[in-house]
Amino acid sequence: MFKKLTLAALVAFGLAGGAHAAGGEAHVEDFKFSFEGPFGTWDQNQLQRGLKVYTEICSACHGLQYVPLRDLEKLGYSEEQVIAYAANFEVFDPELDDFRTAKPTDHFPANTAAGAPDLSLMAKARAGFHGPYGLGINQMFKGMGGAEYIASLLTGYTGEEKTEAGATLYENHAFPGGWISMAPPLYGEDTEFDDGHSNSLHHISADVAAFLMWTAEPKMMQRQQAGFVGVFFLVVLSVLLYLVNKRLWAPIKRKPTA
Amino acid sequence: MAGIPHDHYEPKTGGEKWLHSRLPIVGLLYDTIMIPTPKNLNWMWVWGIILTFCLVLQIATGVVLVMHYTPHVDLAFASIEHIMRNVNGGHFIRYLHMNGASLFFVAVYAHIFRGLYYGSYKAPREVTWIIGMLIYLCMMGTAFMGYVLPWGQMSFWGATVITGLFGAIPFIGEPIQTWLLGGPAVDNATLNRFFSLHYLLPMVIAALVALHIWAFHTTGNNNPTGVEVRRGSKAEAEKDTVPFWPYYVIKDLLALAVILAIFFAIVGFMPNYLGHPDNYIEANPLATPAHIVPEWYFLPFYAILRAFTSDVWLVQLASFVTGGIIDAKFFGVLAMFGAIIVMALAPWLDTSSVRSGRYRPMFKWWFWLLVIDFFALMWLGAMPAEEPYASFSLIASAYWFAYFLVILPLLGVIEKPLAQPDTIEADFDAHYPPKDEAKGAGAATPAE
Repeated sequence: MFKKLTLAALVAFGLAGGAHAAGGEAHVEDFKFSFEGPFGTWDQNQLQRGLKVYTEICSACHGLQYVPLRDLEKLGYSEEQVIAYAANFEVFDPELDDFRTAKPTDHFPANTAAGAPDLSLMAKARAGFHGPYGLGINQMFKGMGGAEYIASLLTGYTGEEKTEAGATLYENHAFPGGWISMAPPLYGEDTEFDDGHSNSLHHISADVAAFLMWTAEPKMMQRQQAGFVGVFFLVVLSVLLYLVNKRLWAPIKRKPTA
Repeated sequence: MAGIPHDHYEPKTGGEKWLHSRLPIVGLLYDTIMIPTPKNLNWMWVWGIILTFCLVLQIATGVVLVMHYTPHVDLAFASIEHIMRNVNGGHFIRYLHMNGASLFFVAVYAHIFRGLYYGSYKAPREVTWIIGMLIYLCMMGTAFMGYVLPWGQMSFWGATVITGLFGAIPFIGEPIQTWLLGGPAVDNATLNRFFSLHYLLPMVIAALVALHIWAFHTTGNNNPTGVEVRRGSKAEAEKDTVPFWPYYVIKDLLALAVILAIFFAIVGFMPNYLGHPDNYIEANPLATPAHIVPEWYFLPFYAILRAFTSDVWLVQLASFVTGGIIDAKFFGVLAMFGAIIVMALAPWLDTSSVRSGRYRPMFKWWFWLLVIDFFALMWLGAMPAEEPYASFSLIASAYWFAYFLVILPLLGVIEKPLAQPDTIEADFDAHYPPKDEAKGAGAATPAE
């Protein structure tokens, strides 16, 4: 009888959990990312391309204030390259009471000039795929969908605009409500990649979305690895305990001890 | 400690005798761990150990998190990111703590519904039940305040909404709310006191857990039949029971390992599934999120809170009778706390002399309807406050109260219970027949 309850509880638990992520009824496309699933990994080339897109385009309005510049070494850059990259930014130093050139120990600067949100955690602060009836079941299988949301938003512009209370709004399929105040930032072929990788709108949107997933969750691979080790040893432990328990109870339950 | 006769600890060496005559702590531990436990307990009796583990897990991970967390409105959100990015293993410890709260509530709901089905709340275990309800209330307080600490959007607005409930109390509500918040609105003072209480309440829970264990070790465990262990003699008691160590320790550890395997899969592969994306946006008092939704474990009671709107006749009646003192908002608050109070009063509302739902043919149906009702409320709590969800919420809330206030008292009078086994031993033997009968009966049916 309680087996049924446990099953029902598991299902409902999943349902209620996913329901949280439910937001607007916007359309989020299912982009395929290399980091999805328990065995997913970062595509380092894609993250480097995404950094390039961010640096050349997004950073004009958006900051990454929680991301330390030194973390870029994790994307395969050398110490010298990171020092050189950091030199592109000016940061405020309270000790000097003045701005100075950024060092790898600094964070990416915040950017509030255009009133645009910080992107450090954007890939975790948004979700896609709100399951049927707000139940969120498909998030269980497809993931939270933050990176998909970003890529869908970047490719979701219809080209329509309207002016409302003095502000220009742009129609976007992925944005809840359908009208967003950000002008289309990418059109395709906005930048050239050194390795000659495709720079179509679809590809650069996916690249920058992957990069923002990395800025939001830089420890994702370590987390999945720890999860895998944990599950593996707990399954082994469960099997051993099952055998111990069976043998321990056998005389009580009057079963043969094998 | 237990009323069930069993062997007690006898100090043997000189050193043991010396300590025992001064502080009988070894004897206390021995009696606790060797308590005679009904031998027919099923898998629903494992949640207590899971819950104890959760408390230890939350305290252990929490102590580490506190070393790196900064309770200040300007620094809290950034300090969480510091934990996630710079602290060695910090990201995993934080995700364990976040999802540990969910595991805690999964276990406590399973534990509570186990108690409701098998009548574990009935005499002589009312005190165990009441202490359990107090633990549950403390857990809710701790979880709520813990959710405020990351200082995300949902932290801030959740705190605003929930502390606003106290503001709904007539006359004294607003001073109470101000006192709780440490100011006119959720701000640094609120964050600091929530941080302090989030650290204090788990210690209170630990103390209550000790009382909870003490209470049920005094009465002995309930079991799936609801029939008491025979206590006439030690030999008689031993036919109904096995010692907790090693039989139930190993069984509970097996259950714990299986559940933790699932738990680690969630923490490792989908740690944000049960959270809300909005909480990765720093708190902003000027921007209200589109939907303010509490964590999943509060949703059933959140649904009850929202169900009683001003167009419900009962609310209008209450408002009319009290001259407007009880308005819809206050009525909702009363209903939410009332939903937990009626559950706590179950020992006195249930009039049936039969403990276990297994032998109560009518009760069974109403009980499973309550379980469905609970999940329905959980779903409704996450839905926007509009039709048809509002009507469904009202119906589901009404059933919650009807179950405890009408159905439980009435069933005891009109229901004709099935025959119960005379002893736990008889029930156990029915599942695992003694050797001579086993040959003819074929394979023994496993326990439920």
